[in-house]
Amino acid sequence: MSLFQQWAFIVKEALDKSFLVAKFFCGVHVANTYLCSTALVQGPSMLPTFSLTNELVLLERISTRNGKAGTGDVVILQSPENPRKFVTKRIIGMEGDKITYVLDPKNSDSTETVIVPKGHVWVQGDNIYNSYDSRNFGPVPYGLLQGKVFWRIWPTSAFGSIGRRPETVDPALKVRYIFNVYRRA
Amino acid sequence: MTSASFIWNVCKSSFTFGLIGLTVSDRFASVVPVRGLSMSPTFNPPNNSSSFRLFTDDHVLVEKRCLTDYKFSHGDVVVFCSPRNYKERQIKRITGMPGDWISVPFSYDAVKIPEGHCWVEGDNPADSLDSRSFGPIPLGLIRGRVTHILWPPQRVQKIDKKLPRSGLSF
Repeated sequence: MSLFQQWAFIVKEALDKSFLVAKFFCGVHVANTYLCSTALVQGPSMLPTFSLTNELVLLERISTRNGKAGTGDVVILQSPENPRKFVTKRIIGMEGDKITYVLDPKNSDSTETVIVPKGHVWVQGDNIYNSYDSRNFGPVPYGLLQGKVFWRIWPTSAFGSIGRRPETVDPALKVRYIFNVYRRA
Repeated sequence: MTSASFIWNVCKSSFTFGLIGLTVSDRFASVVPVRGLSMSPTFNPPNNSSSFRLFTDDHVLVEKRCLTDYKFSHGDVVVFCSPRNYKERQIKRITGMPGDWISVPFSYDAVKIPEGHCWVEGDNPADSLDSRSFGPIPLGLIRGRVTHILWPPQRVQKIDKKLPRSGLSF
């Protein structure tokens, strides 16, 4: 084989392999954006559903894209105050719902009532004592929702689905949530 | 080659093509038609052939690279999901960034644009449903920035950043 033929063969092989890699990358992108993706959640705002340390969850993109995400779903959304930050919260109300919430449960019992405007949702963290959510930044437009969290894959001790109802908080343990001292039983 | 394997090959190629096309349009750029007159005369300038609207709608190039760091500025024309209905996409110009004060029309109030939000207005204020009705929108709703008009051929041009004439951003 002449030198040119050898080169042509190598170049063709390289192009084929890189095309394969590009196809794989596109497939991963489409699956992550339109089907299912993983996310790392951390922070105190979703205790006791998610503990303080990093947890790996699966989120599905189909329900949020089709408008099927509803009250009680745990969702990941872009923060309305910083589009590069993603937060995990639970939907408490959809458009048209009347929400009565406690403004500042650590200090007082005063409540406010609000009606969620059209095209928006009201999100709150399960740990209302330590959560920056719609009570602070108001209702969020539905277009900011990225995906619905439906399964936890890490830590393996808590492998399983994420329910629509937050786990009930024992009032005697209220002090633990306020001071972020929580260990999964 | 049997017809079954031919059909299978066609399916494989179109699937691959679809995957690549979807990735490119999500991550790099896509072409969208502009409906409506809210951005006249920048898009869809007024003319009297309203019956050919479907063919004479401006088609624009929307670039998606700006979505990695959300660095927008005054005068950018952006595509965003409507805050009232997430399925609708709208095209408007950014006339206010976080921290700006916008004077509300027909009143003495001024609204400060909160962190992470922007004020969008159409270039044709008489026929535009924009931030003057639904308020500032979170930057996270933006889905791309318009850079060029690609169709009709006589209107191929780059979109300039026009600074707002009114709205008194200071």
